[in-house]
Amino acid sequence: MADLEKNNSQFSEKAENEIELKETAGLSQGQIILRRFVRHKAAMISVFGLLFVILFSFSASGIHLGTEDNPITVKGWWPYTIDDIDPEGAITSMCENGIPGCPTMDFLPDFIDGDGMGFGAHPLGMDQIGTDYLALVVRGAEQSIMVMFIVGFMGLIIGTVVGAIAGFYGGIVDAILMRVTDMFLVTPTLIIGAVIGFQFGNLGVIPLAIMLGFFAWMGLARFVRTDFLTLREREFVDAARVAGASNRRIIFKHILPNAMGIIIVAGTLLMSGAILIESALSFLGFGVRAPDVSLGLLISKYQDTFSVAPFLFWWPGLFIISIALFVNFIGDGLRDAFDPRQKKRISLKERFKSSTMKVKA
Amino acid sequence: MFAYISRRLGMMLLIVFGASFMVYNLQAISSNPLEAFAESTEKNKEQQMARLIRELNLDVPPPVRYFIWFRGIIAGLWGQLDLGQTRDNFMVMDQIAAAIPITFRLVIASTILAILLGITIGMITAIRQYSRFDYTMTFVSFLLFSLPIFWVAVLLKEYMAIQFNDFLVNPQIPIELVVIIGLIIGFIFAGIAGGTRKRFLTIFAGVSVLAIGLLFGMSSSSWFTDPGLGIIGVGIMSFVAAAVTTQLSTGLDNKASLRTALAAASVVTISYYPMQLLLGPESGLLSVFLAFSITIALSSIIGYFMDTEDRKVNIRVGVLTAFVGTFVLFIDRSMQEFNAYMFSDAIGGRPVSTLGQANDVLSPEQVGSFWISGLDAVMHLVLPTVALTLVSFAGYVRFSRGSLLEVLNMDYIRTARAKGLTERTVITRHAMRNAMLPLTTILVNDFAGVIGGAIITESIFQWSGMGSLFNQALRSYDLNLLMGVFIIGAVLTVVANLVADLLYGVVDPRIRIRK
Repeated sequence: MADLEKNNSQFSEKAENEIELKETAGLSQGQIILRRFVRHKAAMISVFGLLFVILFSFSASGIHLGTEDNPITVKGWWPYTIDDIDPEGAITSMCENGIPGCPTMDFLPDFIDGDGMGFGAHPLGMDQIGTDYLALVVRGAEQSIMVMFIVGFMGLIIGTVVGAIAGFYGGIVDAILMRVTDMFLVTPTLIIGAVIGFQFGNLGVIPLAIMLGFFAWMGLARFVRTDFLTLREREFVDAARVAGASNRRIIFKHILPNAMGIIIVAGTLLMSGAILIESALSFLGFGVRAPDVSLGLLISKYQDTFSVAPFLFWWPGLFIISIALFVNFIGDGLRDAFDPRQKKRISLKERFKSSTMKVKA
Repeated sequence: MFAYISRRLGMMLLIVFGASFMVYNLQAISSNPLEAFAESTEKNKEQQMARLIRELNLDVPPPVRYFIWFRGIIAGLWGQLDLGQTRDNFMVMDQIAAAIPITFRLVIASTILAILLGITIGMITAIRQYSRFDYTMTFVSFLLFSLPIFWVAVLLKEYMAIQFNDFLVNPQIPIELVVIIGLIIGFIFAGIAGGTRKRFLTIFAGVSVLAIGLLFGMSSSSWFTDPGLGIIGVGIMSFVAAAVTTQLSTGLDNKASLRTALAAASVVTISYYPMQLLLGPESGLLSVFLAFSITIALSSIIGYFMDTEDRKVNIRVGVLTAFVGTFVLFIDRSMQEFNAYMFSDAIGGRPVSTLGQANDVLSPEQVGSFWISGLDAVMHLVLPTVALTLVSFAGYVRFSRGSLLEVLNMDYIRTARAKGLTERTVITRHAMRNAMLPLTTILVNDFAGVIGGAIITESIFQWSGMGSLFNQALRSYDLNLLMGVFIIGAVLTVVANLVADLLYGVVDPRIRIRK
């Protein structure tokens, strides 16, 4: 074993490159990136985890859009909604430790605690007035996910446009756009978010998300600009220009695809930031307001009852953490996949195999 | 250089102007300070409204009113800063001046802790890339990235304050828990040390047994209610510090610096009893300063005379050891007061506080005592500091890891190794210093950001700093107060950006500032 390691360190970087080249021969750039991404275990688990959370929340609570007067709703499969107050009078039935509305979920089989496994009528319990807590939590998760995607999408679009224009045209356009970016940047996100949320929070979650989106693009714009500054000096841009391509065509067809990696990665980070900002604002009372539901709002409402009914506090937090964690891991996987300097870790066996093959050849 | 700075300053003024104009109008147009009077039934409602309109110039449309406010900011350029007054006729300046030190106290410890811990762990994970420790820390830092601070804070309140205080009534750790904690500590140390599987297991077993023994001893004596290290604890920690600093800066083979470090540790240990007199119950900050000066001065003298070569290196090792040792001594001295503090009437045996920034029922002589009031401040700081550190340190871990990995791939690192330098020299002298360069930018910006950035923490732990001012301003539609908090944050941010750019030019000679 020790010998093998010693030998192994002598293999040149060239051999590693050859393995890499052999694996990617005949594949398009997109396929190579997809391959690298699929190989990233944590990221792949996160993709499925996030999909599960999204599908579960949206299908369980249904879809709620539109305004208060003419709502567009699709009913979900979960029998209770956030408006049902104590559907079966179950809140009066105490659990063994005297807590009203405790969770009915039980994963311990019969022979350990004497009653069977199962979800029961209210798996996550009920809040103090008897509303099913699973209905509240999935509704909150649904709202947070919507905020996440709207803010992420808006930040992506505005940031890319501003960054691309500033980076491509340079000079006075660049100077003006970057000073505007700085102007937005000196405003702390939480402060501007609170000012916005305090005025728009009562309108519901979508207007709030759209307003937040207008203040979430600055970091991305900076990244895109830096990337454009270097890309526009490259030969392929000159070639396109000589061939008579318009500026618009050069930006969209030639430079933007090359900057896509950084845009997507920064976009995912933006999304995980958005979910934390939204829940923080709702926690402080500057975001989504009652009677509407949000994960941050649920936590703030039940923080004082932690010692009595900890389940009311744990679940919304676990949803926030899992969504943010999944998004962060996906972002990490994407970064590794898009980074051209990134080399796959080449296992001992592969190195050994490639070197022996070379000897034979 | 002068032209560059003045151009940047002009630009900064423009940015602050633009940002404050935007926030001012956003808030002024969408909120109405007179709303509170709509349902009021007071008799002098009309007069109050008229007073407010007159004093806050509410009859002037917001974009124009902004310039009335901005005049006060411009006056700040020649030292007559005027941020206007609040709804209740207080000067905004006074309120902010009172809030800044409180916020600063709240965030300073956690910022420093997060930076130190984050950079250390980040660099270790980079050196031990793809090890167990690396994978564990990567997962932990991603987890911490995703944690909402308000959620962590509530958990800390429950487990670190309420239940820990309950535990202190009868401080016995169950034996299973002792074993589990010991094993975790062992895993962390073994992970940092790395190496082969055998080495991992040896270190794991050794550290675990040591930790379990120590915890068991602490649990069975009444250490948690009457903590202290004594001369033995201070001595051991000083000599460990001596070994670690020598190993990190010159290696244990360098006899001169090893001797200096050991001598410095001895100085700290020998001065244990004299120091107890110096740091008596009546002593204050001056005595503490004196204590540090004495040991540091003595050990630098020892370093100077230890060897005629490498005096600078020897002095540095000695001073570092003496500093750490004296710090441990200082902590031991503070711990000696803990029992008295904990069982005083104001505290009643529940030392870890969940709310506020100081205990207001302490007796006057307790407030007067440097040690007791210091302990009180620390006990109020514990929870917010842990919460803020947990949330912010992940960023430093990721950043310093990436930075060091990038540097380790450079050609000059290969050259350094090819020259035959030891791995320690390559990493501490060649890699780490270059990896720290991009961190300066982040550090400077974070120090500026902390003043305005603790809104959530202040709200949860009920500290009355900048964050709670902002909270109050927003809820009561107090535009001047809101803008006051905002402008302080904005100015600090732009100044920090300038400082970071200038500093980068100083620490990295490759960067030249455009004339």
